[in-house]
Amino acid sequence: MDARTSTTAEATNHREAIISVHDIVVGFGDRVILNHLDLDVYRGEILGFVGTSGGGKSVLTRTILGLVPKQSGTVEVFGQNLDDLSERERSALERRWGVLFQQGALFSSLTVKQNIQFPLRENLQLSQRLLDEIAYTKIEMVGLKCDVAEKLPSELSGGMIKRAALARSLALDPEILFLDEPTSGLDPIGAGEFDELIRTLQQTLGLTVFMVTHDLDSLHTVCDRIAALADGKVIAQGTIEDMMAEQHPWLRAYFHGTRARAVQAARR
Amino acid sequence: MPHASLISVHSQDDRLTVAGRGAWTSEYADELEQAVDDTAHTYAHPKGVEIDLSAVERMDTFGALLFERLKRSWKGTGVEPQVKGLAPRYKVLIEEMGRMGQEQPPPARRHEAILERFGHETVNVAADAGALLNFVGASVAAMGRVLLRPRSFRFTAMVNQLDRVGLRAVPIIILITFLIGCILAQQGIFNFRRFGADIYVVDMVGVLVLRELGVLIVAIMIAGRSGSAYTAELGSMRMREEVDALRVMGFDPVEVLVVPRLLALIIALPLLTFIGSMSSLLGAGLVSWGYGGITPDVFLDRLKGAIDMDQFNVGMIKAPFMAATIGIVACLEGLRVGGSAESLGAHTTASVVKAIFLVIVMDGVFAMFFAAIDM
Repeated sequence: MDARTSTTAEATNHREAIISVHDIVVGFGDRVILNHLDLDVYRGEILGFVGTSGGGKSVLTRTILGLVPKQSGTVEVFGQNLDDLSERERSALERRWGVLFQQGALFSSLTVKQNIQFPLRENLQLSQRLLDEIAYTKIEMVGLKCDVAEKLPSELSGGMIKRAALARSLALDPEILFLDEPTSGLDPIGAGEFDELIRTLQQTLGLTVFMVTHDLDSLHTVCDRIAALADGKVIAQGTIEDMMAEQHPWLRAYFHGTRARAVQAARR
Repeated sequence: MPHASLISVHSQDDRLTVAGRGAWTSEYADELEQAVDDTAHTYAHPKGVEIDLSAVERMDTFGALLFERLKRSWKGTGVEPQVKGLAPRYKVLIEEMGRMGQEQPPPARRHEAILERFGHETVNVAADAGALLNFVGASVAAMGRVLLRPRSFRFTAMVNQLDRVGLRAVPIIILITFLIGCILAQQGIFNFRRFGADIYVVDMVGVLVLRELGVLIVAIMIAGRSGSAYTAELGSMRMREEVDALRVMGFDPVEVLVVPRLLALIIALPLLTFIGSMSSLLGAGLVSWGYGGITPDVFLDRLKGAIDMDQFNVGMIKAPFMAATIGIVACLEGLRVGGSAESLGAHTTASVVKAIFLVIVMDGVFAMFFAAIDM
């Protein structure tokens, strides 16, 4: 494993690591979830992050975002160690990333438009006209019709909630986008369109995307690189072809199981 | 020209050369908007326009959107602006923006005017009363079914609820009613002393606590403590489709969720009322002793003469009815929660307010009833 990952790391060494997680340990009680984990995410890539259910994928995301306390290790984003930042620097940095939570996490008492304008109002001094134009633009960018702007989240379908939440996470034009299982709960066509959308947005806005996913189709179509988590560590990273060639039993089961074979057959 | 740091304009024979500069990003969006609007306003009817973006260092959606606005304002007058110097990495973004904003934005959500709201609220009150009666019927029917098939009764669930609304409420009930008893006795002695009638404080406290205050205080406490919990629990179960899950599995949510909670309250409230009344009398007795010099044996002797079984019964009879009211209002409000967090909050508030209101109304009705039958 070490030989492989180090060669991939060398190949990508000249690229700028936008998120750099080093030697992270996270546990709850005496259960260790992340055990001295290392991971780099490079500028401009879409990184797919896979792992067993309950294996700590979301925990890593939440640790990077600072929602879960870590026991040791460092997290560097944009080259800044998150532990060294003052409150001000930290909130300035938080404006540069956007997060799409699994259930969308739209504020249920605000309309979609107000949801998107919420971070804008808090952070920028903008005229009402520009606020509205930005909100409508973001809504269109994520492939929704303008008339959802005045709807409440409870009036939207699951797929629309995901898109609206994506629009909110893009409100401040972040440089990094965190996606927590973006296609879960969507039908295959909707999931495919969502993947396409992520790809388009990534190219349009020059985003770096960190995507926790279980969707083999997403891994094949949109991810530039994949990192796999098992036993609290990143056991492999590389392109989808690298993953297919891995010998680790869990990876073999994951990428060569019945569902994986069906996906590959369909792709051929 | 202000905002020269972002846009500078060079005009010659009605031909404009607009040069963008610096960072066209969200941080400067406000300034850029003013610059764009000023430029479009000042040079409303040029013959030709060239927009040079080569000196724009950074651009995001905010900048691209405002650039599009500038372009469109001239397009509207029939002049097609020429764009040059656009960095290749922003090409996709600019093209994307060109496709945006063709749709008509929807009308804003309308807020109701005062009269309209008043009308709606009035209709709502009537609908509320109907729903409440309906729910009383559904609860009684569900209890009837449980009586017919006692094995379908969720005994464990009821015991669990009994523990939560009964046993765990005991400390706070004891504390509050004890303090109320103390205050009543102190005020009674303080005011009666002027007439040399301190000893009558025992009569006053005895009758007041056993007939009215004991049960009322406990019912209000329970409406706030357990009624709100019922509403929030059932409300969040509805939000997460748990109630629908029960229904499709062939269970009646009223039977599974409401009946155990309701029965637990109906059992717990009289017990808590008894505990509360005793604790009140204890508080009153202690204050009478310490503050009024009425020794415990005198207090007890006097109490025995002042009250009879009827006084005690009046309080206790009211308790289960108040419990049923609180339980039914709380469960009904819980099952009416919609999808949003705001709706959960609104219904929890409504549950507590309505329950307390109905408890007090009911107390008044009981007072008239007991007066009529000389109890």
